[in-house]
Amino acid sequence: MKLRVLYFAALRERIGRAEEAVEVPATVGAVGELQGWLVSRGEPWASAFAETRRVRAAVDQSMATAGTALHEDAEVAFFPPVTGG
Amino acid sequence: MIRIQHEDFDVGAEIGRLRAGNPKIGAVASFIGLVRDLNEGTDVAAMTLEHYPGMTERALEAIVAQAKERWDVYDVLVIHRVGELEPTDQIVLVVVAGAHRGEAFAACEFVMDYLKTEAPFWKKEATAGGVRWVDARESDDAARARWEQGS
Repeated sequence: MKLRVLYFAALRERIGRAEEAVEVPATVGAVGELQGWLVSRGEPWASAFAETRRVRAAVDQSMATAGTALHEDAEVAFFPPVTGG
Repeated sequence: MIRIQHEDFDVGAEIGRLRAGNPKIGAVASFIGLVRDLNEGTDVAAMTLEHYPGMTERALEAIVAQAKERWDVYDVLVIHRVGELEPTDQIVLVVVAGAHRGEAFAACEFVMDYLKTEAPFWKKEATAGGVRWVDARESDDAARARWEQGS
C-alpha cells in the first residue's frame, strides 16, 4: 500500500529528508512493521532509527504505538520524544 | 481555544479576553513557560521550536478536552509559540477559568503535564558549543503519570 511518511526533529536531520512517499508490501500492516521495513532499506534509515532513543509515531496525526494499524494513503510520522512547553 | 503562532502574546490581554462576559468565573489559573538562558550547565543563545502542523493543534485540543471532562471549568486557553526564540522569551501560555480555584489550578497543571509529553513540539538550542536538540525529561513522564493514578 502507499503511505506518506514524515520525519521530525533529530530524526529528520539524520535521515536527511522531511517526508517521502513509500509503497510497502502486504506484510507491513502496522507502525512497528513500517519502521522495520524502513530500517531494512539500509542507510540513512538504519542508523537514524538506531541513534534515536524511544522513537515515537503518529498515524493520521494521532499518537500511535507499534501495533497501530496502517491503511492506504495513511500519513505516518516518526519523531523523537516531544519537548514542547 | 488553541493557538500556535510565531508572535509573542500579551498575558493580560489574553486573560482579559477569556474573562470577558462571564460573571460566573471566580477563579483564573495560569502558567507561562519561558526560554531560560541556561540548560544543563550551558548558556543558551537561541532556541528553535519545531512542530507538526495539523497534529499540534489536534493534540492540544485533545488535551484540553480531557481537562474539561475531568474538571468542571468554563474555559481553557493554550497559546504555544513556534519558530526562533531567545532567552527570557515567552514560549507557552495556559489559562483556565473556573468557578473555584481547585479545578482551575488542577486543570492548568494537567494541561501542562500532558502538553510536555504528548504535544508534537521539539526544541533545538543554539549554544556557544554548537546546536543540539533538547532531550525529553523523565520527570515529565513522571508528572504526567501522576494524573493517571486516580485521586
